Amino acid sequence: MNLTLKIWRQLDASDKGKMVDYKVTEISEHMSFLEMMDVLNEQLIASGKEPVAFDHDCREGICGMCSMYINGEAHGPDRGVTTCQLHMRMFKDGDTITIEPFRAAAFPVIKDLVVDRSAFDRIQHSGGYISVNTSGNTQDANSTLISKTAADKAMDAATCIGCGACVATCKNSSAMLFVGAKVSQYALLPQGQVEATDRVMNMVHQMDLEGFGNCTNTGACEIECPKGISLENIARMNREFLKASVKG
Amino acid sequence: MGILSTSIGRKVAMALSAFFLMFFLLQHLTINVLSVFSPEIFNEVSHFMGTNPLVQFVLQPVLIFAVVFHFIMGFILELRNKKANGKSYAKNNGAANSTWMSRNMIWSGVTILAFIALHFIDFWFPEINTKFIQGDWTGVIEGQEGFRYHEELVHKFTNPVRVGAYIVAFVFLGLHLAHGFTSAFQSMGGNAGRKKIFQNIGKAYSIIIPLGFIFIALYHHLNH
Repeated sequence: MNLTLKIWRQLDASDKGKMVDYKVTEISEHMSFLEMMDVLNEQLIASGKEPVAFDHDCREGICGMCSMYINGEAHGPDRGVTTCQLHMRMFKDGDTITIEPFRAAAFPVIKDLVVDRSAFDRIQHSGGYISVNTSGNTQDANSTLISKTAADKAMDAATCIGCGACVATCKNSSAMLFVGAKVSQYALLPQGQVEATDRVMNMVHQMDLEGFGNCTNTGACEIECPKGISLENIARMNREFLKASVKG
Repeated sequence: MGILSTSIGRKVAMALSAFFLMFFLLQHLTINVLSVFSPEIFNEVSHFMGTNPLVQFVLQPVLIFAVVFHFIMGFILELRNKKANGKSYAKNNGAANSTWMSRNMIWSGVTILAFIALHFIDFWFPEINTKFIQGDWTGVIEGQEGFRYHEELVHKFTNPVRVGAYIVAFVFLGLHLAHGFTSAFQSMGGNAGRKKIFQNIGKAYSIIIPLGFIFIALYHHLNH
């Protein structure tokens, strides 16, 4: 496949940045999107040019590092995949592909396609945990009975890899799917009950402090989420928040 | 104002005002439909609504507050969301993952706001003038038989431009409700918005309400 790439190039956080056109040739349809980017970068390095900076790590859809807004969608046109799981067979020979960084005021661009998603870490630090004694006399997990439904829903919420596709996709740059998943993961389990009130209040407060927008329930985040995190988690977070607000 | 300073609190407040306005629309349509079937009953009900102290001095101010609150909060949310966006995408394919209605609530809302201005000039301001400024609570015009309400309604819909403007506004109202109905449930923390039956009720509501108002406007226009 021969392709034209329109890629956002930005030297650093203070640079204005611009879209730059590149041609790549002899791309196999079996390549992942990141491998195609590797080919481009090898081309650029060979010709003495600065390679395109982009985030990646595990390259098997687990770590949530690869971002990229491809042809107007987070992680590209395929469903239930991260960018490293997106294959070039989703495109046709001669296509022009637009590649941009995830856009949100809370996700500032560091360089080219790399954005700072540490806002998610700060939200997680504010309440995305349970306090457990790990001094050696930890209670056996199986001694706490949990219904299959609750365990399944908590596990579904816990599959969120914090990639930020929900924020990038949302027309309001809202982080409510991410925060909803993190709140739900614990709200559904008995171990999460002790800190439930503080957790939801603190995480929503931190989410607002970071400058994320408000959810309009368009459902775009759920569609673009590589892990299929359900909007049900946002509703659960809203319920938990209202409950916590009443409790005070 | 504690809870209104949080993102979820603002959405909940938006949903609560939306529920009230959706209930109001239903009762407004129910009364207006009477104008098609029986001018006498329509006049009686209108006179009751226009002179009952509970409606005039309690429900009417609550309604005005809900309308103003819903619009102001809508604009505040839009401004905050724009600020959260940062730089726009060179290419964004919104249609791939969401409906036009859900992405354009602000524009359908602004159209409804423009319609409310017209509607107030047409009906509400003259009504306030008659009752609260001129002090005439009789509901009759001297020399005419029966109450004035049906006659006033029919008279407004003789102008085709006004009827056209009302129809356009009602189409946008339908688009606003098509997303707003289920979205309000979701904001309140209900999974109801995701259930098929509620989605179908939402669809039916967002079609029946505007279509009912369009039917009434056209009926009076074509009949007179």
